[in-house]
Amino acid sequence: MSSPLLEVRDLIVHFYTREGVVKALDGVMLSVGRGEIVSLVGETGSGKTVTALSIMRLLDHNARIVRGEVLFEGRNLLQLSEEEMRRIRGREISMIFQEPKSALNPVLTVGFQLREALEAHGEEGEAALEKVLSMLRRVGLPDPERLVNRYPHELSGGMAQRVMIAMALLMRPKLLIADEPTSALDVTVQAQILELIQSLVREMNTSVLFITHDLGVAAEISDRIAVMYAGVVVEQGNVYDVFEEPLHPYTRGLLAAIPRPGRELMAIEGEVPSLLNPPSGCRFHPRCPAVMEVCKRVKPRLVEVEPGRLVACHLYGGE
Amino acid sequence: MDLRAYVLRRLALTTLVLFGVLVVTFLLSHVIPADPIGAILGPQAPPELVEKLRREWGLDKPLHEQFIDYVCRAVRGDLGRSIRTNRPVLQDLLEFFPATLELATASLMLGVLVGVPLGTISALRRGSWIDHAARVFVTLGVSTPVFWLGLIMLMIFYYRLGWLPGPGRLDPYMTPPPRVTGLILLDSLLAGRLDAFYSALRHLAMPAAVLGWYAAAGIARITRSSVLEVMRREHVRTARAKGLLERIVVLRHILRNALMPIVTVIGTTYGGLLEGAVLTETIFAWPGLGRYSTGAFLYLDFMAVMGTTLFIAVIYSLVNLAVDLIYAYLDPRVRYG
Amino acid sequence: MEGARRTSIRGSLLMARLVLSSPTGFAGAVIVAGLLILSLIGPVLAPYDPYKQDMSERLMPPSWEHPFGTDQLGRDILSRVLYGCRISLSIALLVVAISATIGLLLGLVSGYFGGLVDEALMRVTDLFFAFPRLILAMAVAAALGPSIINTMLAIATVSWPVYARLVRACVLQVRNETYIEAARAIGAGHVRILFRHVLPMVVHVVLVQATLDLGSIILLAAGLSFIGLGAPPPTPEWGLMVSEGRLYIRSQWWVSTFPGLAIMISALGFNMLGDALRDAFDVRLGR
Repeated sequence: MSSPLLEVRDLIVHFYTREGVVKALDGVMLSVGRGEIVSLVGETGSGKTVTALSIMRLLDHNARIVRGEVLFEGRNLLQLSEEEMRRIRGREISMIFQEPKSALNPVLTVGFQLREALEAHGEEGEAALEKVLSMLRRVGLPDPERLVNRYPHELSGGMAQRVMIAMALLMRPKLLIADEPTSALDVTVQAQILELIQSLVREMNTSVLFITHDLGVAAEISDRIAVMYAGVVVEQGNVYDVFEEPLHPYTRGLLAAIPRPGRELMAIEGEVPSLLNPPSGCRFHPRCPAVMEVCKRVKPRLVEVEPGRLVACHLYGGE
Repeated sequence: MDLRAYVLRRLALTTLVLFGVLVVTFLLSHVIPADPIGAILGPQAPPELVEKLRREWGLDKPLHEQFIDYVCRAVRGDLGRSIRTNRPVLQDLLEFFPATLELATASLMLGVLVGVPLGTISALRRGSWIDHAARVFVTLGVSTPVFWLGLIMLMIFYYRLGWLPGPGRLDPYMTPPPRVTGLILLDSLLAGRLDAFYSALRHLAMPAAVLGWYAAAGIARITRSSVLEVMRREHVRTARAKGLLERIVVLRHILRNALMPIVTVIGTTYGGLLEGAVLTETIFAWPGLGRYSTGAFLYLDFMAVMGTTLFIAVIYSLVNLAVDLIYAYLDPRVRYG
Repeated sequence: MEGARRTSIRGSLLMARLVLSSPTGFAGAVIVAGLLILSLIGPVLAPYDPYKQDMSERLMPPSWEHPFGTDQLGRDILSRVLYGCRISLSIALLVVAISATIGLLLGLVSGYFGGLVDEALMRVTDLFFAFPRLILAMAVAAALGPSIINTMLAIATVSWPVYARLVRACVLQVRNETYIEAARAIGAGHVRILFRHVLPMVVHVVLVQATLDLGSIILLAAGLSFIGLGAPPPTPEWGLMVSEGRLYIRSQWWVSTFPGLAIMISALGFNMLGDALRDAFDVRLGR
């Protein structure tokens, strides 16, 4: 893998709340190659969305990026000025969200919000409108001329998500970050949207960071997969390898917790730790079936055990 | 429900409320006082005059007939006759209203011009010194009695410092511009009288500042909480993710959406300003509804008191109707149901 | 929401700590406590009889004998302000107690039973919102004639609808909660459900509103007195005192200034406490 499109290195993010400092990300490592679809999977609260928002630099005001780099085409996004970053958002990296209907502004028409995405980067007038209409057609929305005059509350969830996808891909970005884009949709619509994203990004050669808690969806859409637990990426690799032979005890537990016919369902013991006061060493150690003495003290680094296969666990590559 | 149905429904509701307002003023003027005529004429009135008035006003008839009479007269604009000015109450009201309208409008404009930006900035910079300063401004503004503040300002800026002119709408030696709208600012411009315009503006400054502070405080408070709420919504994140300029995000995606509660509070503030006018007009010798009605009360001019109440309720209901219509314009979800 | 249901001693302590930990809440609490104490012992502290006139001492500027000066009848303004505290506070507390109770009961009934009762009640509150509060209170006071009792009646008449609306909205939210359905399922009667299950949920909303309302009612009552519709002279009522000092504002500024400051500080205290209470409840209800 020579020079990936996006590389997140050792990202540490803290949230300052009334209850204390939430150590949301604890050294996240992640990469997305050109034209690649990478899934970021993990339970709710494991830091997937925080990772995405850190890349976009759209974290809330109470968040602080303590350390780390977000390299996009070799440039560290965290060191850009606000204006330089604004030029990247929507044009080079764009994002779609879980709740398409609340992600759209309820008081502006669909067309206005789409054209705005172009205007933000200097494309205006008739040509912009044409571009909007053709994009709406490409995401499979019928009658775009009428659609542009409608308001978000008049759309179904699936239609709204198609609008969001159209908006995100208008500028032909190099990277699309999709944050649980199908979780709020009906199952049948879910499949259509996944297929749509897959075919469009292949066509445009856009890379995707696909965030989901649903391993089935991840398996279906992605080339590679990264597993997060409590603010740390614990395993990364080819989707086929990870599903066939999970290395990290957490990944194994996660896969065992998927109901499959003819197999007993296994739950991971214990609870997701509070990130106000995370466990020392490996954050998974209190729940790990293979816990060792070293796990309580030393935080395991993400190491490459085979080409393209990374895991952060003391069971492997013992320094 | 489309826009027309919404407007019709709101009109129907306003009509219903106005009818209710008539019921309330009827109850207050005909039913609650044990002796309405006594209340009108005072205790020393000669009995034959009382009897004459009683028949003239139909107070000897059963209540429901009295009510029908009352409503019919009110709808025709007959609010009775003032014993103080000896003119129809409506005529008085129309004469005194423009001064109040001018004062209330100026205060409201000040309130919006100060309150909306202040509330917005203090929400965007939550926890900063400007936010704390805004909070002090707001809490003081809603806690200070306007009539007292008016007196204090008069003492300082007129009597002590002499920076601003004293009571009245114009300098005493100045001939007022010919009355067209009754709004001196407008009338003086229409007559091309810049001197009168300037003088009227200076006279307006103090009362408008007093009421404007009160208005700005209420508006800033709601603006702040409304903006804070909208800022948390997801569509704002989408707007930023598109790469929009921060200025556009704030104006188009935060403030635009936060506007609806702000419009509502502007409506209720208008009611508060009418109250404020009642409390401060006497201090500033401002010849408006407030001075008229407080005067009417002190003279036990019952018809005038009830007429003013009805008049203000009608104005306030119309303002609220306007607010609801603006709402429909601002929020497509209301417009299209 | 769970926490609010158990309005326990521990919950109240937590609330108190949250309120007192914010600077505004602390200042508000101190002012309100001060007002309550003054309204109890004010008459003891007052150096003079608030009604005693002394024409040889009229309109004296503030001095050691008369820290707030004397008014046009030679009465000691400090003593009058101290006596006035009890009047303003009793008016405000009584009015809020009456209107909050009426509003609470009507709101509970309206929200819980819904239907025609609800519709009728809400149209009645609409009606009250068609008048600016002071204007309607003036008309009521005019119809009843000026006296302290009538001032209170007038203000209570125009104050209850806010509570009714607030409580109703709250009840609508609570009504469909699972535990209320559960209570209904095991056959609890309406009255029992209302008082054991619904009431505790709305009490805190009423409490916040009542605290904020105390501030605005002090202003409203003072306003009514100021225009001559409240307490009649020679009552040492703050609004009336400001009004009496109006003619002397040019050179005897103290006559109006001190009673006005008293009004402002009282309203400020209740508003700050109310704001802090609201913030604290927001935190407790998980925001």
